[in-house]
Amino acid sequence: MKALIQTLTETFGPSGHEDAVRAVIRAQVEPLADEIRVDALGSLIAVKRPVRDGGKKILLAAHMDEIGLIISHVDEKGFLRFTTLGGVPPRTLVGGRVRFLDGTPGVIGGEVLENWDKVHTMEQLFIDIGASGPKDVRVKIGDVAALERPFLDLGKRLVAKSLDDRIGVAVLIETLRQLKMTPHEVYFVFTSREELSSEAGAAAVAFGIEPDLALSVDVTSTGDTPKGHKTDVALGKGPAIRIHDPGVLSDPRIVAWIDQTARKNKIPFQRQVSTFGTTDARAMQASRSGVPVSCLAIPCRYVHTPSEMVDMDDVQNAVKLLVCLLSAPVEI
Amino acid sequence: MTDPIIGTPQIKLLERLCNAVAVSGDEGEVRAIVLDEIRAHVEDARVDALGNVLATRSGSGKNRLRVMLAAHMDEVGFMLVNADGDGLFQFETVGSVDVRQLPGKRVWVGKRHLPGVIGARPIHLTTTEEREHKIPLESLRIDLGPKAGLAEPGERATFAASFHRLGPSLLAKALDNRLGVAMLIELIKHAPPNVDLLAAFTVQEEIGLRGAGVAAYALKPDLAFVLDCTPANDLPMYDRSENHLYNTRLDAGPAIYTADSGMVHDNRLVRFLAETAQAAKIPFQYRQPGGGKTDAGAIQRSLAGIPAVSVSVPGRYTHTACSLCRLEDWKNTLRLLYTALEHVTPALLNLEHVTPALLKQ
Amino acid sequence: MPSISPFLKTLISVSGLSAHEAPVRQIIEDKWRPLVDDLSVSRLGSLHGLKRGRAPASPPALVLLAHMDAIGLVVTQIVDGFLSLAPIGGVDARILPGTPVIVHATGNGTHQLPGLVVQPAASLLPPSARNDAVPLQYLFVDIGLPPRRVAELVQVGDLVAFATEPVELAAETLSGHSLDNRASVAALTVCLEHLQGRAHAWDVWAVATVREEVGLHGAATSTFQIQPDLAVAIDVTFGKGPGASDWQTVTLNGGPALGWGPNIHPALHKRFKELAEKLEIPFSVEIMPRGSGTDGMAAQISREGVPTMVISIPLRYMHTPVEMIAYPDIERTGRLLAEFVASLEVDFTARMAWDE
Repeated sequence: MKALIQTLTETFGPSGHEDAVRAVIRAQVEPLADEIRVDALGSLIAVKRPVRDGGKKILLAAHMDEIGLIISHVDEKGFLRFTTLGGVPPRTLVGGRVRFLDGTPGVIGGEVLENWDKVHTMEQLFIDIGASGPKDVRVKIGDVAALERPFLDLGKRLVAKSLDDRIGVAVLIETLRQLKMTPHEVYFVFTSREELSSEAGAAAVAFGIEPDLALSVDVTSTGDTPKGHKTDVALGKGPAIRIHDPGVLSDPRIVAWIDQTARKNKIPFQRQVSTFGTTDARAMQASRSGVPVSCLAIPCRYVHTPSEMVDMDDVQNAVKLLVCLLSAPVEI
Repeated sequence: MTDPIIGTPQIKLLERLCNAVAVSGDEGEVRAIVLDEIRAHVEDARVDALGNVLATRSGSGKNRLRVMLAAHMDEVGFMLVNADGDGLFQFETVGSVDVRQLPGKRVWVGKRHLPGVIGARPIHLTTTEEREHKIPLESLRIDLGPKAGLAEPGERATFAASFHRLGPSLLAKALDNRLGVAMLIELIKHAPPNVDLLAAFTVQEEIGLRGAGVAAYALKPDLAFVLDCTPANDLPMYDRSENHLYNTRLDAGPAIYTADSGMVHDNRLVRFLAETAQAAKIPFQYRQPGGGKTDAGAIQRSLAGIPAVSVSVPGRYTHTACSLCRLEDWKNTLRLLYTALEHVTPALLNLEHVTPALLKQ
Repeated sequence: MPSISPFLKTLISVSGLSAHEAPVRQIIEDKWRPLVDDLSVSRLGSLHGLKRGRAPASPPALVLLAHMDAIGLVVTQIVDGFLSLAPIGGVDARILPGTPVIVHATGNGTHQLPGLVVQPAASLLPPSARNDAVPLQYLFVDIGLPPRRVAELVQVGDLVAFATEPVELAAETLSGHSLDNRASVAALTVCLEHLQGRAHAWDVWAVATVREEVGLHGAATSTFQIQPDLAVAIDVTFGKGPGASDWQTVTLNGGPALGWGPNIHPALHKRFKELAEKLEIPFSVEIMPRGSGTDGMAAQISREGVPTMVISIPLRYMHTPVEMIAYPDIERTGRLLAEFVASLEVDFTARMAWDE
């Protein structure tokens, strides 16, 4: 599974530009699913059919896009100004490296600040692709780059860019692989465009599939680092049920279902109310006549930096929990 | 069928459109002009529950795509919220209006275009300290002249009409988005036969893209182009450094969107528009990615997802009493849209456009 | 005491925070059962009551939306027996210190534990909060139990609701928490009572919606499901009072406020206004230059769009535990809604237009 996670995190796919990562995922799920399709906004949908009728239609969504940079201007000396696709904190960028869709590499530099106690704003940063002048630059406005940082295996813990949410993608692929039989019709969906505030990919998917219930499988920030976030969620203590966040109030029936299934199968899990961020569940909950939703999250340190960290135990327990959830009937 | 062109009648129509008052939520005046212009050219034109005008003009070829073209009819403006008496009204802004643009402007109030002004305290009565801060909206009033009963709270107002031509430029209030409305009218009149053209003249774009999503739901298109006007901030930087935050520039042709704060525009359609422009030798520019939203944001996430892209005429000083654009940019935007419509095919929507360079990595 | 008083006081005495409306829904279900022809619950938990119209062959449908959810708090962490909090809906942390609450604990079976929101002493707060408003992240709930017992009973995600008791004040007013928007649920109930034995052509869907305070999800989804021809949202609006006196306020006990703005179809506004004038029901006009922030905002853009109206009950001190309404406003709102329903001609929508 680690090799898969490495491939997924080292593949390019900023929001709205998920072609390459979709191809990687497709190759994985094609032999496992009963049906594969790509929707109008580029989300990949893999369907696992039930052994008999009478189950629920369940949607699991992990977003395959990642945060990225998009070029806004090529200046008169050949430096590239940019803005972001999704929430990229400028403080994580200086000295970092990027790669464009066509393979062009670049480094991120910043204007010299008058006051070094301050951090750069996005407008004070630029990408340098080693051009001697604008004539050398093939990159143009609207071209997209992703952060580049090699995958790092620390044993139990993994570090990579875009673990948000390629780890969710890996969990879905592995769940599909391990799920032998299910009474449900399960839609494993790898959504596009989550990192943009509108979550258009998930909105389109939920409308198109009309599920009875839906889970987003994403990452969530932990509180286990020095003076970290105010949450008890920690690496290694199991996947987290993200009960509330500013965009989603989980359906209490879904929370109870996950909670009880985990207890019954003795799978460690954590409960979380997050005071920031949201997930694809936001766009899915109000689709059509309503979809009961929640979010199963992999605890992750340093979210939205090029070095996100997760614990393999949490990843495997998330798979185990999902397999248990999908293997038995559910009454909602 | 002839190509659409912009000549004197089209400029006259733009003038009428710009001089009409259609603040978000009360688009009736522009709606009336639109209905009048398009009725003879479409199979049906209807006004929906929000006031959008939806019209269909079917083509005649085979494998026709259902192509939605959307242009918002509404403009930013004001609503009277309280009568102070004596013809003075407290007001709120509708849509994104910079309050620093308001003092000293003439306005029109209500359906009868009652003239009014927004004044300011005489400089003699202000302090130096006071002049360092913007005049807050709460202290501004619309003055209709000292007479009671001329208007009442709830009525809309906007900047007074200001249409005129200046060399290669057009100046008017509400070029955002009467330029788009006028283009859409022309495209309906000259629709190419290879597509089913689904036109949406939308409402309430300036207060949250509320009309466009509803319109897309009703029209069920295969893809959508949004016609709008976007700011050209191509002025000098305060410190004379290189301006890298211009959004768009005048004289550089239609501005194709790639990403804004609401969405990543469909990259298949972005590429198609750019290639179409290059092939037809139409100048174009990419709008700088960044903040702002267009109706495409609401259309893209409607139904089970609709591939969408925005194309805008660059315009300086949008959302103020008088905006400015180049006639040539407007003409080129219309040409690009028409040429694109002529060449759009279902193959364009093939989703497995994987970039070869990346797969090799 | 007005006849709606006991029901309203019951409504605001049961729990029903956003996404957790089941307890209050049960009360409403019991009340509505004899008043409607059919009752059902939506997938997100909104209550749909259908009162059939008399028009022959598939009558047009009207939805009346009143949200039943309430704002409150939720446990984010348990620190040495003290509960850390996040808001559900718009909560001003400045009104919280000293407020009585009920913790709906689920850690070991279910328990309703009374508690207090507490503000730590200045010396325990960051410098910025020592002498100024204390942000929610530094407040706690104390339930008076030893830490070990708290850890057994309470878990992250448990709900914390206001527990301030309702009180009737002078001039037929009632003060309490959650009157936003249970007062409108009461008005909708009054409407259904008025409609008993009255002929109306249209199907009327009385809907107690969920999740209004966190994104209007109940209204969006119920309107999608029902596909009505018209929608009316019933909510509360700012009553003139201390700290609220400008154009955004209306007079308490001055009758319902009829919304006007981009969320409102002008023909519906006109019909309501004419009816109120004819029936001599006092009313005010509420100017809503942009979005109304009510269920009407979601209903209007459902599917291909729905002509929508917003009608509001004046309420002081919104989103505090001592919200205040005047009973006569509830009765007037309910009656006006009933008269509106009865007045609807079968072809009303065919004749309504945006432009006169």
